[in-house]
Amino acid sequence: MTREEIIKPENLVYKKPTLMNDNPMHYCPGCSHGVVHKLIAEVIEEMGMENKAVGVSPVGCAVFAYNYLDIDWEEAAHGRAPALATAIKRLWPSRLVFTYQGDGDLACIGTAETIHALNRGENITIIFINNAIYGMTGGQMAPTTLVGMKTATCPYGRDVTIHGYPLKMTEIAASLEGTAYVTRQSVHSVPAIRKAKKAIRKAFENSMNGKGSNLVEIVSTCNSGWKMTPEASNKWMEENMFPFYQLGDLKDKE
Amino acid sequence: MAEEVVLMKGNEAIAHAAIRYGVDGYFGYPITPQSEVLETLAEQKPWETTGMVVVQAESELAAINMVYGGAGTGKMVMTSSSSPGVSLKQEGISYLAGAELPCLIVNVMRGGPGLGTIQPSQADYFQTVKGGGHGDYRLIALAPASVQEMADFVGLAFDLAFKYRNPAILLADGVIGQMMEKVVLPEQRKRLTDEEVIARCPWAANGKTAGRKPNIITSLELDPAIMEQRNNHLQKKYAEIEANEVRYEEINCEDAEYLMVAFGSCARIAQKAMELARAEGIKVGLLRPITIWPFPSKAIAERAKQVKGILTVELNAGQMIEDVRLAVECKVPTEHFGRLGGIVPDPDEVVSALKEKLVK
Repeated sequence: MTREEIIKPENLVYKKPTLMNDNPMHYCPGCSHGVVHKLIAEVIEEMGMENKAVGVSPVGCAVFAYNYLDIDWEEAAHGRAPALATAIKRLWPSRLVFTYQGDGDLACIGTAETIHALNRGENITIIFINNAIYGMTGGQMAPTTLVGMKTATCPYGRDVTIHGYPLKMTEIAASLEGTAYVTRQSVHSVPAIRKAKKAIRKAFENSMNGKGSNLVEIVSTCNSGWKMTPEASNKWMEENMFPFYQLGDLKDKE
Repeated sequence: MAEEVVLMKGNEAIAHAAIRYGVDGYFGYPITPQSEVLETLAEQKPWETTGMVVVQAESELAAINMVYGGAGTGKMVMTSSSSPGVSLKQEGISYLAGAELPCLIVNVMRGGPGLGTIQPSQADYFQTVKGGGHGDYRLIALAPASVQEMADFVGLAFDLAFKYRNPAILLADGVIGQMMEKVVLPEQRKRLTDEEVIARCPWAANGKTAGRKPNIITSLELDPAIMEQRNNHLQKKYAEIEANEVRYEEINCEDAEYLMVAFGSCARIAQKAMELARAEGIKVGLLRPITIWPFPSKAIAERAKQVKGILTVELNAGQMIEDVRLAVECKVPTEHFGRLGGIVPDPDEVVSALKEKLVK
């Protein structure tokens, strides 16, 4: 019996997006990246943009995003993804152009590139994974690390007198004239995943309809960096991250 | 039809040549003494004629990364800046070299270090030809010595950049950027269509055409064995460029007993100094490197066989002289004359230096 005979179309309730290949992911079990990758793949497929999408991957855990989604990619220097995306979209207006960036990449080293690309109203989407920690380099303090939260470079907890305050880049983005759609989502539950997918779809469509720039923040877990089980991470995120990084649309220029 | 001769600054010539050569995108940030490049483009509005994209970026860092983004899609893209700004671009330049992306960077040099001065200098020679950014890489580096060459080298630089999939740099200085000269601009060419770009650059990431595997633009490789292979590939390419693309000009070298080596604005000053010295009976020739990488080492070594001494004339403390000394392997006395900090010497000073250091 072939695979196709076993999985008859009428029996198929779920399948992996065609754009996701079989490369083993380097992400830790429990990490939010895999879910967000899948949502992006699904949205691109549903929009029929497989051959028109160009992604820009960051420096950070998602640096290898290009290994998992079968679209064209450019890998940017740390923080510079929105600058790359600006040029790609301006030079190829018919392409679906998005960046995929973490909190260190977007809200720290790439603050200037992020704010200015958004404020110019570039017709791009920025997917912003906020897990409040530097995952790839081993769990150092991020610009979004919560007050009191312990990391490798604030082992006694983030102290505002030493480290300053966590940065709400999404609120800043919402205040910029150039942004069309700014939202904060999560992928820790099935309803949340469905909402996040809708948000990504809206952002991508806006970017193709010339409405301006779009930012989709996904409040995420980093169970390795946080040193918790995936389940405990989700709980910790709900109890600690969500009160500070409140979910929902911050701006929607219909 | 007679050739159209126009009078303009070197910086303006860069902008006009870029439009006429069919460049797809310019990304820049204002800095003296090269702001006329962006100003001229803004005034010309090429997005309404050729469709060229012009963006004033938020920083030199953003500008060079826009160039990276655009170059990764196979389009013809460029940036321009001056010394402190080019220092900021070094991150992106290293990435462009690592990902093997063709593009053009223009540096209209000013005096340093630091914020330095807005007056002309050639003190970024080391930065340009010895690296600048991190890693083992090379830039194809052209040194224009006239406004005409500012215009002509835009096209040449892009041709070489695409031939070898390597960033090219035009190393000018404040003199060449700011002075006005007669220039014949290149013919207006059409920009390549998207289909032509895809055909020219099958490696580019601009949307996966049906049937092909995704194209990925990256300089990252964690496996050291593969990373070494990639480096070896780059070195092989650089050796090929060194073998094929050396360009230089020789003036009055046939009977020369002394040789001056100078590039860019200094070559113009040295040329006048050569005339003055010859009027005094000193048989001196001038070798002007047009490519400062690849460096005309063989040509200089060949001339070294006939001369009693070599003088490099540079607007720096002695940078290119290192490459000249390497080329002649210390077989001939090789001296340096330079002015620093934005001072441009007059030809008499060069003649005096020639007499003092070599002719005696």
